[in-house]
Amino acid sequence: MTAETASAGAAPSLANVSQDATRVPGEPKSRSWLVRALVLVIAVAWTVPTAGLLISSLRPEVDVSGTGWWTIFAHPFELTQFTVANYERVLTAEGLFGAFINSLIVTIPATVIPITLAAFAAYGFAWTRFRGRSFLFAIVVGLLVVPLQMSLVPLLRLYGNYDLVGTFVGVWLAHTGFGLPLAIYLLYNYISQLPKDIFESAYIDGATPFTAFTRLVLPLSFPAIASFAIFQFLWVWNDLLVSLVFLGTNPDVAVLTARVSQLVGSRGAAWHLLTAGAFVSMVVPLIVFLALQRFFVRGLLAGSVKG
Amino acid sequence: MTTPAVAPVDEVPPQPISEDPGARNNSLAAWLLRIGSALVIPAVLILFFFTFDFLKQEDTNKLLQVAVAVAVGVGGIWLLYWGMDRAISVMPEQIGNAVRPFAFAGPAMVLLGFYLVYPAVNTFILSFQSADGDEFVGLANFQRIFTEETYLISIRNSVIWVILVPIVAVVIGLGFATLSDRLGKRSETVAKSMIFLPMAISFVGASVVWRFVYNFRPEGFGEQIGLLNAVKVATGTDPVDWISIPLWNNLFLMVILIWLQVGFAMVILSSAIKAVPVDEIEASRIDGANEWQVFRKIVVPSIASTLVVVWTTVLITTWKVFDIVFVMTGGGFDTSVVAERMVTEFFTFGNDGMGSALAVLLFVAVLPILVINVKRFQEQERLR
Repeated sequence: MTAETASAGAAPSLANVSQDATRVPGEPKSRSWLVRALVLVIAVAWTVPTAGLLISSLRPEVDVSGTGWWTIFAHPFELTQFTVANYERVLTAEGLFGAFINSLIVTIPATVIPITLAAFAAYGFAWTRFRGRSFLFAIVVGLLVVPLQMSLVPLLRLYGNYDLVGTFVGVWLAHTGFGLPLAIYLLYNYISQLPKDIFESAYIDGATPFTAFTRLVLPLSFPAIASFAIFQFLWVWNDLLVSLVFLGTNPDVAVLTARVSQLVGSRGAAWHLLTAGAFVSMVVPLIVFLALQRFFVRGLLAGSVKG
Repeated sequence: MTTPAVAPVDEVPPQPISEDPGARNNSLAAWLLRIGSALVIPAVLILFFFTFDFLKQEDTNKLLQVAVAVAVGVGGIWLLYWGMDRAISVMPEQIGNAVRPFAFAGPAMVLLGFYLVYPAVNTFILSFQSADGDEFVGLANFQRIFTEETYLISIRNSVIWVILVPIVAVVIGLGFATLSDRLGKRSETVAKSMIFLPMAISFVGASVVWRFVYNFRPEGFGEQIGLLNAVKVATGTDPVDWISIPLWNNLFLMVILIWLQVGFAMVILSSAIKAVPVDEIEASRIDGANEWQVFRKIVVPSIASTLVVVWTTVLITTWKVFDIVFVMTGGGFDTSVVAERMVTEFFTFGNDGMGSALAVLLFVAVLPILVINVKRFQEQERLR
């Protein structure tokens, strides 16, 4: 994996995440019906729950609470049985549009700020030797697994003293702090693999460490930065714990996850609203994920696979 | 989201660029400059955000807030790094080389210290204090955790979670990766995407998805609209309120996390399987091994280290899971887990002492993994 991460080749696709081992001719590439059937059953089982949610969110209230979502397959092409009324209702009356905007507001800075800090740090760790380097990086590695529950109580107290509870600023910085270990670790793994020669020739041409960073390291590290960006974006967007503790459920600032979890409590039986609400919260991550899947997969591999 | 565990990496050791003697300069001036350079950016960042009140007011235009945050968070930080680099360049070369790494790596480390290290130490102290933190109670909080039934149930459930979820997720992930590897490329990609997709869904969203699957209506309250109960009714058995049957309901909550984590396990294991040398597989086939024997004797041993890494990663995610229980049951029906109990104690009940004690329990349990990771990293560094 390491060789591939370092090479500037095209990002791997899902089917082709590792080396493209040319198959020996004559290998029994079993395409038996059993294998196909098993794969199909698992894949369908994995998709049905989400499909049920999506279909239900598009059905009128009486239908959702009256019959199972699968009954639409009795007459699937009858378009009058679908409606977007549930979406209108959750976005306006239930206030999810505001929450959607809040989620964006929280997520964008909470994604870009840690990237900047981590890129400089990873470069510092990867391409200079200094006293305390091993020790400091060992701290980063150690912090990768520390549950963030360890930080919540003291930070909330501290935030309370500075009126930061319920502000976007507080939550941006918190997500930055919590995201940094993984950011530094992933970028370090990548940046430390860049070939040495390009740096040498850059220095001969009079580059300083700073210009080498901006002109060489950053452009070359784009794949690693992209995969961390997707990680962090999905993580922050999908996070409930940090935003619940530091932002709370006040509709002015509450993010989608917090509002949807509230909706479950207050409208547990209103399935037409719950399904639409849940889907509103899932739309952005699903788009990001489907569009940028290859970078995401690369990040996963770089983060956890033996070289 | 998953926190990757550290795997041993056989990589080409990168050669350090700055090996000037200055990098090991230990004069007082060098150290002061090092510390100073590490502090500049966090100080400016925190001062800026903490003192500009307009950023804290909820009626400020939200777009303006984001614009300022991105401008300062990227442009501002960038300018500061650039400024520090300029300042370092005019220093005598020896001092400059001594300071530069700290100017680059320092700011992130200071923020880590502020957001993770300092609070962790503080949490340890708080765990020996009373609910509002004004009284020292010794080990009383921990004593409650290990004697009162509420907490014992959380611990029991958490233990069941970390035993079952990682194993099941890895087994299904491995099985699916192996099977889909035998399909044509196109169907392989599609099938994998279907398994992988839940990874994009939040724990909250997934909980709603599955609450719907588990939905239960007592007799006389209409048709079953939950998938599982509809199947039960169709096969002639009585519908079940899945979420409220003690002990079993824990399993049904675990299914949600397994559903989310299999995609992760599958993608990583699939790439490891594809890296198994084809020659070895061929050789054993020629020796007459059947597919199951090839899988057991060749494939599994060669991906053993990846299996451990994936298992560890899912294990840590499972141990920290809070949202699923919080949204599905709020910890009711004996489904509480430690991570969820921690938030309930501290956030809902305002008991900082108990919350901290439970957080310490969460931390102590991952300590062995932390130590192993750090040791592995240091071994890997020694090879450089």
